[in-house]
Amino acid sequence: MRVRWGQLVWFSLLVIAVLATVALTTKDVVNRITLGLDLRGGFEVLYEAKPHEKGQKITPQTLASAAEALRNRIDVLGVTEPDITIEGNNRIRVQLAGVKDKEKAREILGKPARLTFRDPTGKKVLLDGGDLKEGSASQDYDQSGRPAVMLELKNPQKFYDLTRKYVGQPMPIYLDDQQLDAPVINEPIPNGKAIITGNFTAESAKTLANLLNAGSLPVDLKEKQSYSVDASLGQDSLMKSLRAGLIALVMIFVFVIGYYRLPGLIAVVTLLAYSYLVLLTFSLLNVTLTLPGIAAYILGIGMAVDANIIMYERIKEEMRRGKSIPASVRSGSRRSFLTIFDANITTVLAAAVLFYFGTAGVKGFAVSLIVSIAVSFLTAVALARILMTLLLKANVLKSPALFGVKESEIGEL
Amino acid sequence: MNYKLDFVRRRKWFYLISGVLLLLGLVSFLLQGLNLGIDFKSGTRVDVRIGHPYDLTEAKKVLTGLGYKDANVRAAGNNKEVLVFRTNEVLSPDKVAKIRTAFQQKYGKQVDIQEQKVDPIIGQELVRNAIISVAIASIGIILYLTIRFEYRFAVSAVVALLHDVLIVIGLFSLFQWEVDLVFVAAILTIVGYSVNDTIVIFDRIRENVELHKPKKFEDLARVVNESIHQTLVRSINTVLTVVFGAATLLLFGGESIFYFSLALLLGLLFGAYSSIFIASQIWLDWKWRSMNRANPASE
Repeated sequence: MRVRWGQLVWFSLLVIAVLATVALTTKDVVNRITLGLDLRGGFEVLYEAKPHEKGQKITPQTLASAAEALRNRIDVLGVTEPDITIEGNNRIRVQLAGVKDKEKAREILGKPARLTFRDPTGKKVLLDGGDLKEGSASQDYDQSGRPAVMLELKNPQKFYDLTRKYVGQPMPIYLDDQQLDAPVINEPIPNGKAIITGNFTAESAKTLANLLNAGSLPVDLKEKQSYSVDASLGQDSLMKSLRAGLIALVMIFVFVIGYYRLPGLIAVVTLLAYSYLVLLTFSLLNVTLTLPGIAAYILGIGMAVDANIIMYERIKEEMRRGKSIPASVRSGSRRSFLTIFDANITTVLAAAVLFYFGTAGVKGFAVSLIVSIAVSFLTAVALARILMTLLLKANVLKSPALFGVKESEIGEL
Repeated sequence: MNYKLDFVRRRKWFYLISGVLLLLGLVSFLLQGLNLGIDFKSGTRVDVRIGHPYDLTEAKKVLTGLGYKDANVRAAGNNKEVLVFRTNEVLSPDKVAKIRTAFQQKYGKQVDIQEQKVDPIIGQELVRNAIISVAIASIGIILYLTIRFEYRFAVSAVVALLHDVLIVIGLFSLFQWEVDLVFVAAILTIVGYSVNDTIVIFDRIRENVELHKPKKFEDLARVVNESIHQTLVRSINTVLTVVFGAATLLLFGGESIFYFSLALLLGLLFGAYSSIFIASQIWLDWKWRSMNRANPASE
């Protein structure tokens, strides 16, 4: 039979299209993937929300407003793209990528920042953060040039009444349980403006002003777990795992081409498409890639080859039974399909259960497992069959040697 | 094919080998438990990346100087350029800062620190959830395979799956390799691979049973042997490709995923082993007993 060039051209175009897409857009796709803190460095804290006082309930609403308050505070830190997630019914996870001063981050995040004006005994709360005019806190200097925090109250009349009541006595100002200042009221204050001169530096006064503007936390946050990675260390892990992946990929390529010859080459094309599509799905689904995630991905490439291997082995078997090449390819692909389907559907089943019942980390793993199986069906089954059929129709698959089957093996079974 | 290995005849040996491994793991687990990493114990783990090889005794002195007398210290990294240090104390931020300063004074400004503080409840929750999930997933797998195949295949596949997971956990206990949260991810990967690998062989056994309709034990044994043979190249090639992945991660992936890769590698090898030597053999014995009971005269 003559070689049908038309089919061969289609085959080449398809292969070139796959290779070109992978070569040209992989970089963009990879750059769009969110890397976990373990790969780019950063700081992560898991807080447990506890009631301020007895009787307060932790509801989804209080958690959401606590998360909102945390978000405002992170703006103070100047970190972009903070990741704040509410977990379970009383936990908040905060992930800050690329934060440099994690001690400051910790201080700003975890402090309840409840500002209170109290009576001279320091026991009774007269005014609290809720009485402040929103966004009114600022850093300034007092008459003697010391750094101070200026405040404005929502209700000047209330402040006037209170200051009149305690004229000649101190009115201590507390931040949480710590007394910042205890100014003595010389005369009633009419304009609702207050000034705190604690033991501030210009820097700490500014931080406090920002915290007050960001709002106090509606709950107490207890640090349950924290994790911090220096950026260079994350970079190092990323590079090492990528290099490992590259080596694995090359080994797998050499192996399948060496063992399966022409179909092996097709497997390489489908594997490239697979690796690319999984990354693309990760970036579209906003999957955060962590170190174990990369490891699972590399392993997934190995597992995706399984579909190719099952199909090729079946085709080779059919050839050894003495069937013609086209008949072998057809019945081999058809018969292997159900095997591949059953083997993978059980894994999907397991992954779906893991997704449904698992905690955050397990869920992420389940998602990547399902994605990789779905994609491997598309590439190792569908794409591989299309490519193989095109070659078949082009009449270039003439010798069993192209499949790595020796003439002497044929008909032995 | 020219090679004819009789997998069935030696099955008692494989049961014995697996039984001994499982028993060793169990005894070790009962006696010394697992070497739980920071994720499951309250405390702090500090990774100090010094950036060049250093003397561990010298470095320990830095820590002793700071008052950490009996902390768990070891060298890590490809070139032993990292110091991993663990303490049961939950270190306050300024204590970590002091450690950083002390090491920077001794080894230079390039010293980096990674620190991890943990409340064990979170880790325990994750493990509990993972165990529940695997249990439910096993039931799901059994149901699906019972519908698509038959219940003997289903149960044998799940037994092999648990076999693989328990052997890996047992080995980690035996050698006291560190178990952390990503170990859970490795175990889950093994679960996925193990079932996948087993089903391909079972699929072939089912096909050959329909083809040959074995009546005698020898026929049944031949079907199993033949099915394993027919899928053997696939079994070997597939495990090779996944082992390429796991082994390169182990060798080049860096310190932080060393034990993760190790668990994966062992799990994959046992997963491939158990499909042939355990799952298929359990099915054979069970099937034969059922056939015998249905028709006692065939013996």
